Amino acid sequence: MSDNPAIHRIQEEIDGNSVVLFMKGNPMFPQCGFSAAVVQALTMMEVKFKGVDVLADDDIRQSIKEFSSWPTIPQLYVKGEFVGGCDIVREMHETGELQKLFDDKGIEQAS
Amino acid sequence: MAMEAAEIEKLIKQGVPDAEVMINDLRGDGDHYAAHVVSAKFTGKSRVQQHQLVYQALQGRMGNELHALQLQTNAPGEA
Repeated sequence: MSDNPAIHRIQEEIDGNSVVLFMKGNPMFPQCGFSAAVVQALTMMEVKFKGVDVLADDDIRQSIKEFSSWPTIPQLYVKGEFVGGCDIVREMHETGELQKLFDDKGIEQAS
Repeated sequence: MAMEAAEIEKLIKQGVPDAEVMINDLRGDGDHYAAHVVSAKFTGKSRVQQHQLVYQALQGRMGNELHALQLQTNAPGEA
């Protein structure tokens, strides 16, 4: 385990929520086009998710990159597993792989 | 801060020597790029692992000097 308290907070968010998006801004008001694109895909798929605004917490903003060995935000996690950033989520949405992932992981969708 | 497309290509090829790299400067501003990278090193790896290899090759520039790089990675023969 890391001594960095921000890493613990990240782990708690991921453990406590089936679908978590670390993003810039919040789901209602994304502050970056890449975050907005992922919010849009999740919203279209009617998936309930927790948005964590990294702009509101610089420790989390820096530590999330270390946590996943991934240099950019947004980052999507499903059932504790890092799925990817904007490009991967967009590609998986287009190919239907994201739908399959939600099905396989038993993620609830509204419709 | 911006980076030249040739510099991005050079770094990716240093980290992933067999890579075929195609780079588009999306807005012509030297700051928003799309890269398509094909390498045999990607075979059998997840997309996350493939992108991590490219990010490693960029040595911390991604998210700093390099603001936006849309990344697509494939193993040879994949779509």
